[in-house]
Amino acid sequence: MLEIIIIGTLKVIAVVVVVLTCCAYSTLLERKVLAYMQHRLGPIYAGPWGLMQPIADGIKLMFKEDIVPDRSERLMFMLAPIVSFIPALLVFAVVPFSSDFSMFGYEIKGVLSDLNIGVLYIFAITSLSVYGLVLAGWSSGSKYSLLGGIRSSAQMISYELSYGLSIVGVILFANTLSMTEIVNQQASFWDMFIFRQPLAFLLFLTCGIAETNRLPFDLPECESELAAGYHTEYSSMRFATFFVAEYGYMLAVSSVATTLFLGGWQGPFLPPVIWFLIKVFGFMFFYIWLRATFPRFRYDQLMAFGWKVLFPLALANTMGTALWVLLTDSVN
Amino acid sequence: MSEYLSVLIFAVTGAAIVLFTFFISKLIRPHNPYPEKGVTYECAEDAIGDSWIRFNPRFYIFALIFVIFDVEVIFLFPWAVAFGELGLFALVEMVIFILILFFGLFYAWKKGVLKWV
Repeated sequence: MLEIIIIGTLKVIAVVVVVLTCCAYSTLLERKVLAYMQHRLGPIYAGPWGLMQPIADGIKLMFKEDIVPDRSERLMFMLAPIVSFIPALLVFAVVPFSSDFSMFGYEIKGVLSDLNIGVLYIFAITSLSVYGLVLAGWSSGSKYSLLGGIRSSAQMISYELSYGLSIVGVILFANTLSMTEIVNQQASFWDMFIFRQPLAFLLFLTCGIAETNRLPFDLPECESELAAGYHTEYSSMRFATFFVAEYGYMLAVSSVATTLFLGGWQGPFLPPVIWFLIKVFGFMFFYIWLRATFPRFRYDQLMAFGWKVLFPLALANTMGTALWVLLTDSVN
Repeated sequence: MSEYLSVLIFAVTGAAIVLFTFFISKLIRPHNPYPEKGVTYECAEDAIGDSWIRFNPRFYIFALIFVIFDVEVIFLFPWAVAFGELGLFALVEMVIFILILFFGLFYAWKKGVLKWV
């Protein structure tokens, strides 16, 4: 029993450290890729190719004064970054990052906790992340923050419907909610769910971008009109926590997309963890690419797109998939 | 059970790390508040009025519609898992259920609820 707890705790610590490192280096990746897309060099002074930049940024933010505005609701203001950070991290609890392997004579599972309701758990946890943003916006005592918080809540709940529905298509094929089981069903290349659910994949990707408040759906932050929205009033480590949460959430959506549609850690030659990271960072690159390419939506366009295009499409996809599954079953 | 235990350990570790960095930062950062610093940011002007302003009630209506359809999506999850065993019967039932809800969306759409401006 004690052994299980110790191994579990060590695994948790390892995953947390890797996830946080990935978050930190995603910021560098974003700055570098954006820079090269705009014919600039990006960070180059901190370490070779700017590799120490995330660490330098972290240390800088630690030394900054923490300002709590007079008009803010102190307690909520302080809680909000934590509330938005923890859901982003918790998603990784059920994401299978590798096949089962053995180390030091112990058999170790390639996932932190193999919940049999994994997909439902992810859906529930990602819904929670909206609270952090709304709390931050409401408690800051600034008009920009309030507008940013309200916008983000409306946007996230609108896109969450299509987000959930696009997953249902995959579950209809997989007949399970366990992430590990879903990965195991995509063993060969043509078994990947992206080939059986291409529309659901596109819907999931689009809604994932909206859920993480990234361009072209970054209305809640909107530097030019809302001055960063919900985190306008934040500084020091609290700001850093929001920042890490945002990138953590992007990584979470990328790894869920990898697991559900691209076969997770499955792949030839290379070790499973490497395949998993390659796929996840492929998605991250795609995110940054979008940011460099597209202008921002207008708010009414955003809501109309979510409710009048994506949601009916997602419903139709679900029903069509159900019909398809039924027909192919009866043929066999 | 142990699966949920590791989720709990994960959550506690995450919270502990955040609180730890807050604590470290508290030890090393300067603390020098004065009235101007605590003023709400509003384009370098004095803030006009309270920050808890009125906002469009449409946000509220969207939240109401969301609740209805989110419940629908949650119903779809167990349905999708058991679909392989239930077959045609489940499909017909779910199509009827979704059509009723979709009619609701259509009604809201025609009433202009989904329209901004």
